[in-house]
Amino acid sequence: MREALSANGGPRVGVYICHCGKNIAGMVDVQRLTEYAATLLGVAVARDYKYMCSDPGQVLIQKDIAEHKLDRIVVAACSPLLHERTFRSATEAGGLNPFYFQMVSIREHDSWVHTDMEEATRKAQDLVRAAVHRVIYHEPLERRRVPINPAVLVVGGGIAGIHAALTLANGGKHVYLVEREPTIGGHMAKFDKTFPTLDCAACILTPKMTAVRAHPNITLWTYSEVSQVEGYVGNYKVKVKRRPRYINEELCIGCQECIPACIYKEAKHPDEFNLGLSKRRPIYIPFPQAVPQVVVIDPETCIEFKSGKCKKTCVEACGERNAIDFRQTEHTEEIEVGAIVLATGFKTFDAGRVPYYGYGVYPNVYSALEIERLVNASGPTGGEVVLRDGRVPERVGIIHCVGSRDENYNVYCSRVCCMYSIKLAHLIKERTEAEVYNFYIDVRTPGKGFEEFYTRTLAEGVHFVRGKVGQVSDWATTPEEQGKLVIQVEDTLAGMIRRIPVDMVVLSPGLDPQPDAQEVRRMFNISCSNEGWFLERHPKLAPVNTFTDGIFLAGACQGPKDIPDSVAQAGAAAAEALSLIDAGYFELEPTTAYVLAEECSGCKTCVPLCPYTAIAFDAATAKALINEALCKGCGVCVAACPSGSIQQHLFDDRQIYAEIQGVLAGATAAS
Amino acid sequence: MEEQRIGTANGQEPTIVAFFCTWCTYTAADLAGTSRMKYPPNVRIIRVMCSGRVDPQFVVEAFAQGADGVLIGGCHPGDCHYVEGNYKTLRRIALLKRVLREMGVEDERLRLEWISASEGDKVARVINEMVGAVRRLGRLDLPAKRRGWDAEVLPHHGPTEAPAAAAASTGR
Repeated sequence: MREALSANGGPRVGVYICHCGKNIAGMVDVQRLTEYAATLLGVAVARDYKYMCSDPGQVLIQKDIAEHKLDRIVVAACSPLLHERTFRSATEAGGLNPFYFQMVSIREHDSWVHTDMEEATRKAQDLVRAAVHRVIYHEPLERRRVPINPAVLVVGGGIAGIHAALTLANGGKHVYLVEREPTIGGHMAKFDKTFPTLDCAACILTPKMTAVRAHPNITLWTYSEVSQVEGYVGNYKVKVKRRPRYINEELCIGCQECIPACIYKEAKHPDEFNLGLSKRRPIYIPFPQAVPQVVVIDPETCIEFKSGKCKKTCVEACGERNAIDFRQTEHTEEIEVGAIVLATGFKTFDAGRVPYYGYGVYPNVYSALEIERLVNASGPTGGEVVLRDGRVPERVGIIHCVGSRDENYNVYCSRVCCMYSIKLAHLIKERTEAEVYNFYIDVRTPGKGFEEFYTRTLAEGVHFVRGKVGQVSDWATTPEEQGKLVIQVEDTLAGMIRRIPVDMVVLSPGLDPQPDAQEVRRMFNISCSNEGWFLERHPKLAPVNTFTDGIFLAGACQGPKDIPDSVAQAGAAAAEALSLIDAGYFELEPTTAYVLAEECSGCKTCVPLCPYTAIAFDAATAKALINEALCKGCGVCVAACPSGSIQQHLFDDRQIYAEIQGVLAGATAAS
Repeated sequence: MEEQRIGTANGQEPTIVAFFCTWCTYTAADLAGTSRMKYPPNVRIIRVMCSGRVDPQFVVEAFAQGADGVLIGGCHPGDCHYVEGNYKTLRRIALLKRVLREMGVEDERLRLEWISASEGDKVARVINEMVGAVRRLGRLDLPAKRRGWDAEVLPHHGPTEAPAAAAASTGR
């Protein structure tokens, strides 16, 4: 440690250099950096410490503030996005205004990305010098407090959305649950059993679905989509587009008498819930346990909508209840909420995109989700696993990693396909006593009870062949292969190419982000990862938060997840939302813009630039006026003001010029 | 990504000042760090809340203070955390480029890039490319350039008078 006195009687700066173990100290000469920092004008104390973010590290700052009469703090450590709050609090605990602090990233932007210690140290010196120059100009600021509306919006009614909504509602908050399908339940409602416990999915899901419907604190809007989001943490204004169901939800009692009364005697339209494996009528209920227990009319297939000449036998069947209303139109509801939980889920990878597996070409190549419906007792075959022609398959091949772990499609692992493939292998064997082959690249079973389930399936006699399947075809080369589907695969354990004839092929597709994830992301002002999953604030420490305060993530919209993980994350998202709401207020960063009235020439350049209409022109004084409550602190107006009479707290011109000069002082000296 | 070590046209390593918006590009630079991607150490990042806060004067100041290049990073069009700050940046930088060209600052020395929070690899690539481009141009060295201009403008004056005249005509 070196000590010096502030030479000019100005602010006394304390500089703290973090080793971050070897993360920084391994690439930056922290001792030399500390010695250098001590020579900078204004620096009263410069120290280095192994872990500045630890308790002793923070106490070090507080003690120095008292002992050395420091009035500015600079910490050179990791990214401010990670620990700025920590050190601002430490500064405040030492008795200073928390904004008398500046953080320098010498880890993410320096030690971790460079390979030359000399250069990395020089860069760190430049960055620390810039911070010291800048922090001198810092001013005490106060965070603005905004009250928080206690209502919460949950987008998506899959298991994650359901769990988040129930947790919040049980916590006493009013929840709006918005789902775009006619029923809640999501993917889980389509499953028969869940791995590894073989719990009946419906038995554990439908009570929760009913609880959502019955909960006095939940407003459930199915067949609805969020169309607009405005406002900010604590005060979001949301518009929800409610599509017409042509059924009055209040009047329909779910007796379903209208369905067989439909003018279509035979159901002839592919049933979405059963992935087209069965047919439905234009008036239908998605599945027996659907919530709400209310029918829906599909205007695309209903004769009344196509010709206007239907006899309306459904209306007759409904009788006095009068729940059917062909005149319903789309309308928009406006709600105000304080926080939002996004649980918009995923879409399964389209197996037809892998042309050599024959999905959509050979009728007996199925996707795993179709098999989930086939094995389901309430599915199209009543739980019988049969081929499209009604035969029971004798040999079944299950191909893992379809569209996953593949440079041509998704490079990431879908996390669930090993387990659901093994589960389906077990269920198919149980129902049909068929020979079942699993073709895998790796078997990944890291969850609780997963490996045991895998071992059990092995013991049941399910075959596992390690190797990526090259092709599924119906080209027989031997009599044995006649009339079968042939799976051609390199068995990498046996070291040979094998051809395995089967009756049924099950493709286990990976998980894709929802096709409209980008539009949803824009609407809620959050980010997506490269793959298209919603981006969490921090992969380890803020896995359910987003970069937008008040918006949280639950379930597979953040990345592939199984049911336990989705539920756990939904609970976490609900807890974060609760802790936000129960605080009663939220502290906003004070980085707003303000007008130096005496210098404003009233040119109005700034007024149309503000996207939040926070700037008004005051006719009486002929000057611009900024409404702090509306200003979000982007600084667009500050950069535009021709007379320099708008400034931004914490990013004012003097501070940024000082930073520019500080960062370049080395460059000037060299030239 | 490997660091390039090719030196500049006139010897010294160039310095590049980068203004990154906190929501997209600064976060992406953090991601490049946590992913341990490698890029040359010539860039010094200054954080702003929005690329729309980058006053053209900041860029001019950086060049005046000895920067050899300025990189501005913001969110992709349509993705701005502040609705459309990045569009304003786009216009300002296009105009500023014209001005800088007249002042003898080559186009490659000022670069505007849209880099989203998930594009850590793009941060590394853009910095690699830009450091390469600026190295090929060499250090900016505006004072030397100014001496050249003054010699053209004032051919009959002796060398001792030129610096004073230059300071008067180009001083900030």
